[in-house]
Order: sequence, then C-alpha cells, then structure tokens
Amino acid sequence: MQRPASQPELTQATISGEIADRHGRERDAAASAGAPLAAHPRRDFAPYRSTLLRHPTHELVRADPEEIELVSPAFGHTDVSPEEADLTIQHVGEPLGERIVITGRVLDGESRPVRNQLVEIWQANASGRYVHKRDQHPAPLDPNFTGVGRLITGDDGSYRLTTIKPGAYPWKNHRNAWRPAHIHFSFFGSAFTQRLVTQMYFPGDPLFALDPIYQSIVDPAARERLVASYDHDVSEPEWSLGYRWDVVLTGPKSTWMEPEDADHA
Amino acid sequence: MPDESMPRQAPARHALGQQAQGQTPSQTVGPFFGYALPYPGGPDVRAPWLHDAIRLHGTVSDGAGDPIPDAIVEIWGADAAGRPSTERGSFDRDQHGFTGYGRAAVDRDGHYSFTTLKPGAAREGSAPYLVVALFARGVLHHLFTRAYFDDEPEANAADPLLSRVDADRRDTLVARSDAPRSYRFDVRLQGDGETVFLDYGTEV
Repeated sequence: MQRPASQPELTQATISGEIADRHGRERDAAASAGAPLAAHPRRDFAPYRSTLLRHPTHELVRADPEEIELVSPAFGHTDVSPEEADLTIQHVGEPLGERIVITGRVLDGESRPVRNQLVEIWQANASGRYVHKRDQHPAPLDPNFTGVGRLITGDDGSYRLTTIKPGAYPWKNHRNAWRPAHIHFSFFGSAFTQRLVTQMYFPGDPLFALDPIYQSIVDPAARERLVASYDHDVSEPEWSLGYRWDVVLTGPKSTWMEPEDADHA
Repeated sequence: MPDESMPRQAPARHALGQQAQGQTPSQTVGPFFGYALPYPGGPDVRAPWLHDAIRLHGTVSDGAGDPIPDAIVEIWGADAAGRPSTERGSFDRDQHGFTGYGRAAVDRDGHYSFTTLKPGAAREGSAPYLVVALFARGVLHHLFTRAYFDDEPEANAADPLLSRVDADRRDTLVARSDAPRSYRFDVRLQGDGETVFLDYGTEV
C-alpha cells in the first residue's frame, strides 16, 4: 500500500474551533428564543465543507402534507429476502472483522412500531474501505464483503442484522480528517414525510468530537441518539458481539379516523 | 468532549406506550451509496413502453451552478386517479403494475430520469404533483420538494401551496414539458433559481 500525499493545511484545530463556535451560536439562539436545540443537523454546517454549495439559502416553505405524503410506499417480502439481513453470508468465504449483531426497533414519535417497512444499510469493511470506485482510501478490499443489506421490520417494528464492525476511514474534509466507524441506514416510516437516511455509530468512539458530520447535530442529546449501545444480552457466546439501536421517526402521518357510521355499527 | 464524558445507558427496552421519544437525527447519505441504494428498475416506476408512461427528468446542481454527480433522487406519487398505490414490489417491478415509488442516482452530469404515471390531483382544489426527495454528499438532511406540471395552469393557479410561494420562485416547483409525455424538473440546491424546498413540519 502506498501512503497518499498529505492533505491541504486546513487543520483539525481550525475545524474544531469552527464546530465550537457554531455550537455556541446555536445554543445562544435557542436560549434567547426559548426553543430547544434542533434534532436534525444544520444543513449549512460549514465545518463539513461539502455543505458550502449544497445547502439552500432560502428558508424552507411550510407545506401541508396531502394524502400522498401521509402514506409511504409499501415494501414486503417480495422485495427483500431474509438472507439480505446478514452481510456475512453474501460471498463464498466469510468477511474479515469483528462479527456483530445490531438489533432494535423503529418507532414513531408516539412509540408506536413502524411495522413491515424497509430498512437499508451500507458500510465500509473492517479496514475502513467501501466497495466503491470513488473510494480511494488505500486500505484493502475484502472479497467476501460488499457491505450492503436490507430487511423489512417486524410487526413490532423490530429489525435485526448481522454484519462486521466497520473501520474508521480518512476523508478529505481537512488535514487528518477521519470518520468515526459508522453504518449508513435508510428508513421509511408510515408516511413519506418520515423518510430518514442517517448513520449509526459505535459507543465510545474517540473521533466523535472531531467529526464535523457527527457534530453537525448541534444538540448533544440528539447526537447520542445515533450511538448504539453495547448490549451483552444481544451478544452470542462464541459467535458475535451485540448492539442495540432504536430509531424514532416523528413527523406528520395519517391518523386513523373512526368511520362516521361507527355509532351505528 | 461532552459526548465521551456522558454516561452511557442502555435505552429502556420496549418503551411501547410510554412517552414520546425524540426524533433520530439525519446524516448525509455520503458518496458511497452506489452498491446500496440504486437498483435495477428503480427509475422505471411505470414501464416506459406503456402508453400512459411519462418521463420526469432533470439536472441537480449546486450553488456554483455546477451539476452534482453524486446525488440520489426519489419520487413518490399517486396514480392517475390521485390515489396512493398500496402495491408492493418496488424492488421487483411487475411490468404492468404501479407502486408509485422510484429511485434514481444521477449520472456524472448530474442528470436523473424517471418514467412514471402522471398523477391525478389528490384533493379538490389541489394541483397534481410528484413528491421529490433529494439526498447527496454535503446534504446533511434530505430535501423535499414537489414537481407540479406546467400543462395544468388552472389547477396550479388554485393550488394552496403554489399560491403561497413567492411568484418569482414558484416556477422552481413546476416541471416543464420538453417533449411529448416528457417533463423537465431541474433541482438547484442553492443560488440563482434555488428550488423551493418544503417543510412538512419535519424540520425538528
């Protein structure tokens, strides 16, 4: 492996200073407005440099969701086979890395399960390398790991997947920038307005404080919600370590209305 | 380092029926979704050879006016009668069916293309539209918009959302006929002609 040339002299200290400044401004603005900090990341979070030309500058326009937005596409077992929830069995051999199980529930804001909905995941391999032509990180590919899975949630909103723990990897936001190990997740709620693409992280990662993508969520409590918990009850003896991560999709959705003639039924 | 100093606790198990919980935050789709999200048939919500198929296509560009080569676009729309489909099978299309949902990665020139049905209006007084969701590296939280149709001038003039949007930005929500049964809907993330993006009460 050849070590790549060093990156531009935008230092971690500069990026960390920008993160701290923005967090401070957001806290002040929330305090003076008497409002809570936002759960979602700030789209114009400048320490993550790729946002600079890719965030809208106009305020979003409030729209009343119509019926199409209050329901979600239907996915089912015709779309996804059960084997797709195991990323370690997609090739002839077994992937390298720490075998893990991740399980949890997808819930709405009232803690009701999001049942029979699609979850998609993708991730780097144990060395921190994606199967992707634009991933130039000089870490080895694993011929036994593609890093892609999907599943349909159960009636209780639960999901369970088997994979290997991904590695951290470098990126070019600034000099010596490293992404904390993460798994990308895509969720559909019971309404299309609840659509969510996010990343799940692993507890105790020393890169959290340094990462402008993770820190683009200005509320520390909201950031914590992206970190799975190690759960020894999910670990399986002589086999795999276990993590638990629950996901909450709030937002408007259709409310079940009692039929008008219910009294006469 | 507040994240590391905070004690970690396993979340309460099976909190069903307990108090509402906080929204899980979004994170960017990143650049490496290529083996995960696009899928064969994803853009063909309605088989292109069926007589009622329309094309919706366009370019996604950034604040410098440059096309974005790594965005992924989803559409979700009602059928011709304005009703949402409840058909499964978006990943394994029935060539005569219609699930209403499609997904297309843009090409190196930032261009995406779908074939689908032109939806009917969902409500009296509303104009027909397709819901569009956009994801990309550098977009930390996906963006929603709507693609209305320029050959529905009367319905568009009465539509409650279009009426509320500033007149000089309204056209960014309207797909433009550029060929028979084809509509162009460019998405501009920032700057001149910035697309109107929507908040369904989801900006929490």
